[in-house]
Amino acid sequence: MTSRLSTTFSAPRPALVCFITAGDGDTAANLDALVEAGADVIELGMPFTDPMADGPAIQSANLRSLGAGTTTADVLRYATEFRARHPNVPLVLMGYANPMVRRGPEWFAEAAAAAGVDGVICVDIPPEEDDALGPALRERGIAPIRLATPTTDAARLPQVLAGSEGFLYYVSVAGITGKQQAVQASIEEAVARLKQSTNLPIAVGFGVRTPEQASAIAKVADGVVVGSALVEICGAYGAEAPAKLKELTSTLAHAVHTARQEQLA
Amino acid sequence: MNTPLNSFRTQPDERGHFGQFGGRYVAETLMPLVLDLEREYRAAQADPAFAAEFDDLLEHYVGRPSPLYFAPRLTEELGGAQVWFKRDELNHTGAHKINNCIGQILLAMRMGKTRIIAETGAGQHGVATATVCARFGLPCVIYMGAEDVKRQAPNVFRMKLLGAEVIPVTSGGATLKDAMNEGLRDWVANVHDTFYIIGTAAGPHPYPEMVRNFQSVIGKEARAQMLSRTGRLPDLLVACIGGGSNALGLFHPFLDDRQVKMLGVEAAGHGLDGDQHAASLLGGSPGVLHGNRTYLLQDEDGQITEGHSISAGLDYPGIGPEHAWLKESGRVEYTAVTDDEALEGFQLLCRTEGIIPALEPSHAIAAVAKVAPTMPKDSIVLMNLCGRGDKDIFTVAEKLGVEL
Repeated sequence: MTSRLSTTFSAPRPALVCFITAGDGDTAANLDALVEAGADVIELGMPFTDPMADGPAIQSANLRSLGAGTTTADVLRYATEFRARHPNVPLVLMGYANPMVRRGPEWFAEAAAAAGVDGVICVDIPPEEDDALGPALRERGIAPIRLATPTTDAARLPQVLAGSEGFLYYVSVAGITGKQQAVQASIEEAVARLKQSTNLPIAVGFGVRTPEQASAIAKVADGVVVGSALVEICGAYGAEAPAKLKELTSTLAHAVHTARQEQLA
Repeated sequence: MNTPLNSFRTQPDERGHFGQFGGRYVAETLMPLVLDLEREYRAAQADPAFAAEFDDLLEHYVGRPSPLYFAPRLTEELGGAQVWFKRDELNHTGAHKINNCIGQILLAMRMGKTRIIAETGAGQHGVATATVCARFGLPCVIYMGAEDVKRQAPNVFRMKLLGAEVIPVTSGGATLKDAMNEGLRDWVANVHDTFYIIGTAAGPHPYPEMVRNFQSVIGKEARAQMLSRTGRLPDLLVACIGGGSNALGLFHPFLDDRQVKMLGVEAAGHGLDGDQHAASLLGGSPGVLHGNRTYLLQDEDGQITEGHSISAGLDYPGIGPEHAWLKESGRVEYTAVTDDEALEGFQLLCRTEGIIPALEPSHAIAAVAKVAPTMPKDSIVLMNLCGRGDKDIFTVAEKLGVEL
């Protein structure tokens, strides 16, 4: 099943990875809007009451979703229905450990596999606690996607890479989501450093909001992750969100997909 | 377990696991910091100068050892076991929290950190942290749930007097767990210069072990004092549990004294039947929150539910992982008492011993009042009186229908 991810990342152009929180607005319509506007990979956030690594935008999205009564079953249903509508678009679930392991790692991995999920990003399961979920995912062909950060030094990187699959998510700032953007030079340096240690595709995220930033990152990375900017649209526009998501996503997609052409020209 | 453990005092393992509990469930950004903290803590543990400075501050700044006190009128009123108190409410700042803060700020300075953050519920840990920051001249930011800021106004003022910046947290339920989330977010964003002084024996390894060790001064003193005063060990230890640091501090040095029974007292709020309680062990189930696997108050999807207790210090939906392990291993027994019972315990101690306890240990007093009468008169119950009640008089007055 990870073949959808590897197919996407083996394309000559960089990939746009779009994050929204499941259950925040009309999830099916919002996801379709992202795909239609050119998103290459979807990260679907599983809402959690205590999103420790997220900034205000995604915290609020989590609360809106839970306030609307979103359950784990709902998240899995969104995934299943997405897979039926978009058989070729990679879908990654992103969230925190507790909702994922609540019924046991085997249960979650089984349910995610059945829903057509390609990868899982669990924010608070570092390599040290891989046993809590990693083996169950790998057994079922779901990629455990790990995060590398500015604090992940050379000594630690091999441990992060061991058991990582799908792509490596480089968190470009030491901080929470949506707050500030990293300096472009530091991203370039970090991606180059990571590329020396792994053949996994590298997607860069945290604080990416504009086509300009996305384009600059796409020149060096295999993927660009945009989250908070999209989540803010879901929060601000409700039923009108799909049209607005499409607007932003298409400009981001264009910027990411053509970043290297400009470079050559 | 096939064979009985030789010792209950060797946890956690090298990965920070207490059986299936504990661990380091944190974002990658924090992982190198948590590993660094562990290395520095091990170095500090091996350094006699660190221990000497810790002991010196506990003696001359905190006022240790705290007294071991036999409570004659309470014992007579209950009509059973002798009731003794470890008087940690007499510490500087009025609770056991300061023991841990002294240890952690010494470690922070050893690591070259220049900024301190902490979370607080009732405000006792916030006051203790602000106190040690003032003592050592480090800037201090305290995260406190906006609800708790309202409930604990005197402690908010104390923290400000001590020079701390108190940031009310409005996310989630605006209580202790949300303050802890915000503390973790601050730490993630300021890892280069900031030390996070966690207030209870929870969080990612090495915090649960480290906080327990700093608080173990309570049990070490109590054990020596009891032997010297009575020539024997107590039959039963009792302590209240929110995150569980005062209880572990008392229990841990006694864990291998098999004849000493132990009772941890959780907050049953309005009762364990509904969802208005904060009893993670008795009314929760295992899960992952705030860096460790432990018992949590949560729904079937793993969403964390809001705890309730009359005591802001017990109002946390989790518990230190070592308690989760001690419960499963059967070494410690756990019970819970309601808001109303705690309020009675509060008044009982005021009336019989002239001591105004905090609402947190009032839960333990209520448990003692139930169990002591069932024990023989020559037996000994030792309870940790871990905080004084000045901060709670407004809450108590309101509950008793008294206008101040």
